[in-house]
Amino acid sequence: MKSDVILLGHGSGGKLSHQLLDELIVPILSGIGQHDQNDAAILASPNGRLAFTTDSYVVDPIFFPGGNIGDLAIHGTVNDLAMAGATPIAISVGLIIEEGLPIADLKLVLETMRDAAVQAQVRIVTGDTKVVPHGKADKLFINTSGIGAIKHDLEISGSNAQVGDKILINGNIGDHGMAVLASREGLELESAIRTDSAPLNGMVETLVSELGSQLHTLRDPTRGGVATTLKEIALQSEVEITLEETALPIDPAVGGACGILGLDPLFVANEGKLLAFVAADAADRALAIMQCHPYGTAAAVIGEVTATAAGKVRLHTAIGGLRAIEMLAGEQLPRIC
Amino acid sequence: MKHQSEYRDPGLARLQLQAIRQTVAGFDQTMTFMEVCGTHTMAIYQHGIRALLPESIRLISGPGCPVCVTPVAYVDQAVALARRPETIIATFGDMVRVPGSSSNLLQEQARGAKIKIVYSPLDAVALAEKNPDNDVVFLGVGFETTTPTVAGAVLTAKRKNLNNFYVLCSHKTMPGPMAALAGDPELQVDGYLCPAHVSAIIGANAYQPLVDAYRVPCVVTGFEPLDVLQGVLMLARQVVAAEARVETQYRRVVKPEGNLKAQGILCQVFEPCDARWRGIGDIPDSGLKLRSDYARFDAAQQLPVEVETAVEPQGCLCGEILKGKVCPNDCPLFATTCTPEDPVGACMVSSEGTCAAEYKYGVES
Repeated sequence: MKSDVILLGHGSGGKLSHQLLDELIVPILSGIGQHDQNDAAILASPNGRLAFTTDSYVVDPIFFPGGNIGDLAIHGTVNDLAMAGATPIAISVGLIIEEGLPIADLKLVLETMRDAAVQAQVRIVTGDTKVVPHGKADKLFINTSGIGAIKHDLEISGSNAQVGDKILINGNIGDHGMAVLASREGLELESAIRTDSAPLNGMVETLVSELGSQLHTLRDPTRGGVATTLKEIALQSEVEITLEETALPIDPAVGGACGILGLDPLFVANEGKLLAFVAADAADRALAIMQCHPYGTAAAVIGEVTATAAGKVRLHTAIGGLRAIEMLAGEQLPRIC
Repeated sequence: MKHQSEYRDPGLARLQLQAIRQTVAGFDQTMTFMEVCGTHTMAIYQHGIRALLPESIRLISGPGCPVCVTPVAYVDQAVALARRPETIIATFGDMVRVPGSSSNLLQEQARGAKIKIVYSPLDAVALAEKNPDNDVVFLGVGFETTTPTVAGAVLTAKRKNLNNFYVLCSHKTMPGPMAALAGDPELQVDGYLCPAHVSAIIGANAYQPLVDAYRVPCVVTGFEPLDVLQGVLMLARQVVAAEARVETQYRRVVKPEGNLKAQGILCQVFEPCDARWRGIGDIPDSGLKLRSDYARFDAAQQLPVEVETAVEPQGCLCGEILKGKVCPNDCPLFATTCTPEDPVGACMVSSEGTCAAEYKYGVES
């Protein structure tokens, strides 16, 4: 590639566009040759139900401790499929690039996407690239859509939480949001906070196969954090959820940074976490499965479904008090994914 | 932040609560303690402290949230400044959602105004340096906790010889409103949980005139749950003993004389002025304005704009809530037409506002 930054011409559909695709994007992301580049990818049809999801990524900055917009875009869509109990099959990648983005930055993002897709065992099968004038986008926006196959008959859904269920999370709360915020605002913290961005499909497949119908609900607490996600589930399932503050796994650096900034870790975004609602007698097994997984070593049981009620979430505080948990109002932290 | 869990120890909390119960046992009067700091408001709700206290102790929230006490006219002026094409407004996050008479800064941003959320006033100075063709207006809202940093930013801007950095000043000071409320016959305040970080600057001695004039116990209290419980215990002991003194629970941070360096820089840049408090009205010498030496940084003087006539929101009880006279649940707008997504009054906007805290953490609502 002659230019070391993205030019408007790279999105023209002409020669420069082909050069960008042939020399950078396609070799890194798919490894398919020119003769396979058609308008649509053709996929074999699996038996049974399909899951289909889409998400757009506008995180600022595009590079942050522990990851970048590329692996975030793969993990986010893989996890959305996994939360439906689906095994990811194929992903599409739409790139919206601001004129002037260094090619080296784009290359690094694409390589990270490739590695994330390989790790999550999902193929990137189709994509699109647009370039907009300087100032009309912010460096790089990515949309990913994904298709997954549901290989079981279970009803894993936000409306399936049941009284008596134990609620598990696979590790520390709030790492991603604080990592991005600290990096964007140049906050000087004692220890670096890294994103928790990670693919959770492997862990979910084990949970599904080991727990079967005792696994009732899965949801990844991304924007809005654990609090908002639990409130959504409480409303959908028409149950009351009670959390134990002392059981919440929070990295001391994240807890400290949140304390200084007046943020509540329960409302800070995660990108490699899932909340699982499981029948009480399966909780120990679910916890063991999570803790044996590399993305679940700090897993914990954080609460339970305590009653049928109109969507209440409550927290027993460490000192013995009780408070309500509501959904995040407005934006606590803009552009964190 | 280290040692946070020590100040949230369940065992020690039980002991404190036991001591509080023993103190008030047999004392047949109700005690009303007011906290005048948004962070206390949040801590009390966040840890569910109210429900743990004996029924005879009532905690009420006073005018401790700087965003909440900022009058509508100030927001209108900020909106008018934001509409100038050359303005960049630099502000702490909460201010952007506070409703003015007909608009707020978030709406102005959507219409094209340049609004930048900063975490330090020095970020606003850096913004001015980076954008020499724009006027950067920092929204100077806050108590003594933030004012020294604003004074530092003004001094930095002066040293760098910037001619495009301004402060729209609505800084307020303690303990003026505490005296105003202590003298309010409609409100019986039996003791003040004095703010933690404001007191780190002004010092515990600053409350002595208040104690002398109104015989109201004052305990400078920290923000962690054990701090708050101990502060309540110290106030209850004073009330039971019919004493009125200034005590400091938050001794690990607050000194009797305060932070003299911060006071010095504050005094160098700012001077006292009368100030209007939302809900309370005008309180003499309870605000700060830039001294004449620094008038060139005063947005109100240097950037004249036409400001609409201030209209207070209809039916909103923020004023009464800020005085501790009514609770959020008493307001007909609370959680109906006034919610964090669509706030009517400032107490619902600020993350430290009493209504926002009740909405977010209140078990009843």
